[in-house]
Amino acid sequence: MAKTALQFRHNDHEVAVFVEGGDSLLVALRDGVGDHSPKFGCGQGGCGACTVLIDGEAHLSCVTLAEMAEGRSIETADGLKTGPALHPLQTAFMEHFAAQCGYCTPGMLMAAKALLDHNPQPSRQDVVEAIAGNICRCTGYEPIINAILSVVTRSSAARA
Amino acid sequence: MPVNVKTFATVPEAASALSSEHGARYIGGGTLVMRAVNEGDLSFSTIVRVKDRSLSNIRASGGRITIGAGVTLAQILRERDLAFLHAVARSIGGPAVRNMGTVGGNLFAPAPFGDLGVALLALDTTVSMQGGYGVREMPIEEFFAGRDRAAGSVVISVSCERPASAEAFRYRKISRVRPKGASVISLAVHIPNVSGRVSGARIAYGAMAPTAIRAKSAERALEGRMLDEAGVAAAIAVAAEGTSPATDAIASTWYRREVAGIHLRRVLLGQHA
Repeated sequence: MAKTALQFRHNDHEVAVFVEGGDSLLVALRDGVGDHSPKFGCGQGGCGACTVLIDGEAHLSCVTLAEMAEGRSIETADGLKTGPALHPLQTAFMEHFAAQCGYCTPGMLMAAKALLDHNPQPSRQDVVEAIAGNICRCTGYEPIINAILSVVTRSSAARA
Repeated sequence: MPVNVKTFATVPEAASALSSEHGARYIGGGTLVMRAVNEGDLSFSTIVRVKDRSLSNIRASGGRITIGAGVTLAQILRERDLAFLHAVARSIGGPAVRNMGTVGGNLFAPAPFGDLGVALLALDTTVSMQGGYGVREMPIEEFFAGRDRAAGSVVISVSCERPASAEAFRYRKISRVRPKGASVISLAVHIPNVSGRVSGARIAYGAMAPTAIRAKSAERALEGRMLDEAGVAAAIAVAAEGTSPATDAIASTWYRREVAGIHLRRVLLGQHA
């Protein structure tokens, strides 16, 4: 079957890949672009391990038809760092022991980034809602919620 | 197993491709169709998609509201004029699913999913569909009854009247996990009130049959009654009549039928879940 050429922005770089019919954005990112940060979890849109941002909004890349990414801007956990400097969310996850096996972490980070980009001062309930579509079987969620909230307090302290 | 992806600029083109090609499936936000692709579903070999922005239009200024089939659940939440649907949209999926899942797609979600369709059923919604021969409109109840034979057409939009009042339209989703979980049962009721008595009651359930269904016996039993313990008793007694819920990982057939009346009573009396 013929492959389809696809162009989109990936963490601020233009990329072009070939996809097969029915490939998901997750496959395009992992096999096409070579970005292995979004994970394949359930393939059903139920676990959130594949969460990426499309034009700034959280999407599940495993149930996104690759063609739908054409011309759009995709952000993944791989693009969070700036050179050797981690994103504040990544540092917070590390400091608060928010990752154990780490499989859910890229999805959690992107779900958290989507929240903070739209709402820099979320309540605890906002954080719980924001990661409601992301399953973690290790941490019991509390360290993750605390990590995200610590970024909120830190950035508001920095502003004060 | 690769499938063909065909992209069209307009809905009529997509509808004619769907009706002429055996084994073609229409894709909206992808949360249902891509699930099937990932699972290795062999019942379709072609995915049909449309890039038509008009499918994402909402007209909600007057009394009658029209929502395009491509409108996402997140878009509903951003629209102040659709405040009566906010609790419904918020009860579905996590943020990512709401950024993807569409109004049209939700009408095709198998039980225990499809909670938006439950609300739309209680609001006597009309569904507009583009077939190979043109556009037709049908009551949502008729749409659900023939849903699985609806191949060859594309849902364009849904439209309904605004609820009589905020108090008259109530929605509740019972799930085991919060804030996000599939329905044990979801309930939407529209109970307009004429001098203290219910007039034109609509009661709709999700997860109580393969599609959203109305509880017609309960609706009849509620007609002309007051919303107090005595007034709702007759409706509660027949709450599960006509339902055929599945046994799945969330709940059993027996359990769903057993609790339908309990939750209906709480909704009607305005009590907490």
